[in-house]
Amino acid sequence: MASLDRIARQFLLTEVVSGFLLTLRYMFKPKATINYPYERSPLSPRFRGEHALRRYPNGEERCIACKLCEAICPAQAITIEAEPREDGSRRTTRYDIDMTKCIYCGFCQEACPVDAIVEGPNTEFSTETREELLYDKDKLLANGDRWEAELAANIQSDAAYR
Amino acid sequence: MFAAVATFLTTHWLGQAILILLECLAVTVPLLVAVAYMTYVDRKVWASIQLRRGPNVVGPFGLLQPLADGLKLFLKESIVPSSANTVLFLLAPMITFMTALIAWAVVPFDDGWVIADINVGILYLFAISSLGVYGIIIAGWASNSKYAFLGALRSAAQMVSYEVSIGFVLITVLLCVGSLNLSQVVIAQSGWFWNWFWLPLLPMFVIFFVSALAETNRTPFDLPMSEAELVQGFQTEYSSMPFALFFLGEYANMILLSGLGAILFLGGWMSPIPYAPFTWIPGVVWFALKIALLLFVFSWTKGTLPRYRYDQLMRLGWKVFLPVSLGWVVLTAAVLQFGGWVPKH
Repeated sequence: MASLDRIARQFLLTEVVSGFLLTLRYMFKPKATINYPYERSPLSPRFRGEHALRRYPNGEERCIACKLCEAICPAQAITIEAEPREDGSRRTTRYDIDMTKCIYCGFCQEACPVDAIVEGPNTEFSTETREELLYDKDKLLANGDRWEAELAANIQSDAAYR
Repeated sequence: MFAAVATFLTTHWLGQAILILLECLAVTVPLLVAVAYMTYVDRKVWASIQLRRGPNVVGPFGLLQPLADGLKLFLKESIVPSSANTVLFLLAPMITFMTALIAWAVVPFDDGWVIADINVGILYLFAISSLGVYGIIIAGWASNSKYAFLGALRSAAQMVSYEVSIGFVLITVLLCVGSLNLSQVVIAQSGWFWNWFWLPLLPMFVIFFVSALAETNRTPFDLPMSEAELVQGFQTEYSSMPFALFFLGEYANMILLSGLGAILFLGGWMSPIPYAPFTWIPGVVWFALKIALLLFVFSWTKGTLPRYRYDQLMRLGWKVFLPVSLGWVVLTAAVLQFGGWVPKH
């Protein structure tokens, strides 16, 4: 009897038909994907994307060339050279990040005592040449100016947990 | 003026040639558009089964995606491998494409809407679909590549195996109709939709559909192009236009087999309810709708079933479908003979 049952099931394609009904049900479910360039999924304020060097509201750059980020960087992607500026304050003359080395661990922003180097929410910075990914100080400061609103809001909302 | 043109087209030899050319264009152009949009429908159906969106960027709802894909294929460089047999390599996609197109000559789109209303229509279709294997096996041999060769061997063996059961399916339908003419096959099914052959010959319809999947190398029988082991099977070495021809031929074959399924089992151009508002809709529309339904099941199958193993595929073809369809031929013949339903002509 069991074998008859099995043969009947095979000839009536019960398994195949139930599979078809399953996929038909899935066809009318809401989509799991989003319409990416037009819709985006929410990002945590702690998201570690493209780097930026921030400034104080008066336009003075925050970085004091303490080189803690350079020291902690596990990928050794950061290169800093520093000299006293004409007014006597200590500033970087060179602040390079090799984005092809960076592993986006976020240690640089953890190490920074003045919230100067941060990782922002931007993930769309692909380039056509490798050289464009060797960021220098100008590029990082420009990023900071461009993303300051988002960066400040993220740091503000996460400040209670630090 | 109109009468003069009509006389010229129907009587003068040049006019007749032009008329035939126009008829061919009237079939081929919509067919190629249908092929292009079949790729779109395929991708949309698979996407929604997998909870994705599918192409939706090029044009409204991604409707221009097939055009963009076609344009891309035309503009690519066509590469002929240095060790390939150039003539056969380029001939193979043309054979596949042509055999897929010339089969449409005997397909009736509506009452009397057929290019060649020949009395051996089904035999002709059967001959043409057997010729389709040549394109594939030549492609596999001429590419001079092991993937292409293995894919072509698999494809040829599979198409030959399943053509046998399709043959028996056709014979059962012929027994019920008493004619090899495809228009006669449709006329024999006139009436309500339960008069169509899908219900009286339901097991044969299922076997026909599964064999059609195997004939066109679609999932779950897409072993010839199983991408995990054979890259793309016999298409591995093809690019640009030759690839596009293979692709078009494959989809045209799918549409052809759906059309054949619609004619043999779903009443061709007949409307499902033989009364007023439904019979006003032209037969072509009903025929197209039936083809669309079968094509949807083609894509649905690809979104649902995994691939067969090769020995399972051969076992299904020779040890299940062949005896079942052969038995059904005998059963149908006996029922027709002793039930007194043998068609008279």
